[in-house]
Amino acid sequence: MEFLLASAIGVMTATGVYLLLRARTFPVVLGLALLSYATNVFLFAMGRLAVNRPPVVDALARGYTDPLPQALVLTAIVISFGMTAVLVVMSLRSFIESGDDGVDVLVQPTEDELGGSAPRTAASSAREASQ
Amino acid sequence: MNHWIILPILLPAIVAPVLVLAARYDLGLARALSLGTAVLALGLALGLLLSASDSSVAQVYALGDWPAPFGIVLVLDRLSALMLMLAALLSLVVLLYAVGDSDGRGRHFHALWQFQVMGINGAFLTGDFFNLFVFFEVLLIASYGLMVHGGGAQRVRAGVQYVVVNLVGSTLFLIAVGLIYSVTGTLNMADLAVKVPEVAAGDRALLHAGALLLLLVFGVKAALVPVHFWLPGTYGSTSAVVAALFAIMTKVGAYSILRLYVLAFGPEAGASALLAAQWLLPAAMLTLALGMIGVLAARSLSQLASFAVIGSMGTLLIAVGLFSAQATSAALYYMLHSTLAVAALFLIAEQVGLRRKSAGEALIVGRQFESRSLLAALFFVNAIALCGLPPLSGFIGKLLVLDAARDSASMLWIWALVLSTSLLALVGFARAGSTVFWKETVSADFRPLCAPGAPLPLVAIGVLLASLVLLTVFAGPITLWLDEAAAQLYQPSHYIDAVLGAAGGNE
Repeated sequence: MEFLLASAIGVMTATGVYLLLRARTFPVVLGLALLSYATNVFLFAMGRLAVNRPPVVDALARGYTDPLPQALVLTAIVISFGMTAVLVVMSLRSFIESGDDGVDVLVQPTEDELGGSAPRTAASSAREASQ
Repeated sequence: MNHWIILPILLPAIVAPVLVLAARYDLGLARALSLGTAVLALGLALGLLLSASDSSVAQVYALGDWPAPFGIVLVLDRLSALMLMLAALLSLVVLLYAVGDSDGRGRHFHALWQFQVMGINGAFLTGDFFNLFVFFEVLLIASYGLMVHGGGAQRVRAGVQYVVVNLVGSTLFLIAVGLIYSVTGTLNMADLAVKVPEVAAGDRALLHAGALLLLLVFGVKAALVPVHFWLPGTYGSTSAVVAALFAIMTKVGAYSILRLYVLAFGPEAGASALLAAQWLLPAAMLTLALGMIGVLAARSLSQLASFAVIGSMGTLLIAVGLFSAQATSAALYYMLHSTLAVAALFLIAEQVGLRRKSAGEALIVGRQFESRSLLAALFFVNAIALCGLPPLSGFIGKLLVLDAARDSASMLWIWALVLSTSLLALVGFARAGSTVFWKETVSADFRPLCAPGAPLPLVAIGVLLASLVLLTVFAGPITLWLDEAAAQLYQPSHYIDAVLGAAGGNE
């Protein structure tokens, strides 16, 4: 069970980090979701792994599993759910307002561009330069 | 038990939903409610400050009367009372600016503002890590909304980046908390301080990994190099009011570093003593250098202010990283000064930008604009304070930091760096000021550009600068008070006894 759990956390974290490093918002959102899953499972394991043990007082119990990490995970799940929702909304808004779903910050118009050309991303200026 | 301690969290937590529900379409009512709350919060913070100065030990509030370490506690000592006071003052003055200028540009500005204040106050008061995480999330989720207040493609794009960086930070925070819990079995800060020296040698590496991961997380909040990169984009893209309020958010990171690494990993922590010092000091020096070079290279006033934030965080964290009571007292004085000064700079930058129309905040020569001489004077006073020139508080702050570094092994480095970066800042500010305020393009008609000249924003900037002057005039009594606050911080046994000794809950 330890191996299964540890490798699951590892794979989820690695995938999450990989997706996070993409330049578009959708993979980044997915990457963050995977990272938060990995964190939740990790937190859960911090109370040590125990099978068939109750977390709260029980007259018949031989031993207990630590209830605190479970409470923490519950809180963390709620928070990461809310944060993911916020991030999705903001990514959509960013896509609608700027017309592409890149993650990099728009380049501030420089002095000679102040005449009114639209703001560009670093990626799109690089594309233009290469053409 | 002193029930006033929870009010700085409860008050905004109650007012914010009322703002959403009752004052949704009524900006006037929202402004009145929000300003009234901010005034009340300032009074409350003042009361708590006085009560913290009266008692030599920390005051503990056990929620639901559950004794620590099983229940959740809020702890008020001099340090947290000082932070509450600073946050309340900044919030009130910046809100005053917002009411006169920009709060109507988007929905729910005041509600988000109150939630943000609630998160900040909670982070300063909480006595355990998991609630520190929760309050971090509260202040962050409100800041996501505030950050994009007013909208615009550039701002929303920078907002997404800000959210992503902070979500990764939160993930790391949880992992660090999990690591620490797995080794020590506690999340209560006082209880942790008791248990850290007793951790078995085999588990110590795990504990240190968790603790240093937390340093990374707090470093992200405090804009410590190499995790500072989110700050210029965020602060430079958001509106001035929000950037000015965010000036206290970097200090939340500094406060957390100060709290954790003095209390639990301080000089008395056995094999884990002064865990953070060897990482924090070099990183803080790099932060200072990079921030001030950024000031020199800035292309707009808000960028200048953003890099001034990074530079001032560098100076502050150098003083924190020295880990002595004297240096911490200097750090606290410098923190009061830099928070107010940087907030004022963001506000001045926006006022200049509004008046200069097309030239905006960019550091280029533009046409003459309305009330230029007044804004130039404000900028001049602000620049003197931020560069650390006499006679204002920046000079005293840097002097205190340099004095505290005298006994340190890296004294030479610190002195050379602080003094040379002050010169860089001076050149940067002089260049910016002369470009914006002295030079002008000559046009056919000499009529200055007119802008809606609401007096309230200028009043708010004036109040911030006046508080800098007060900070200078009353530097004597303030530093004496801060000395005691730092001394209290470096006697963790007081804090620990207050939290764990309150097990009876009837004190």
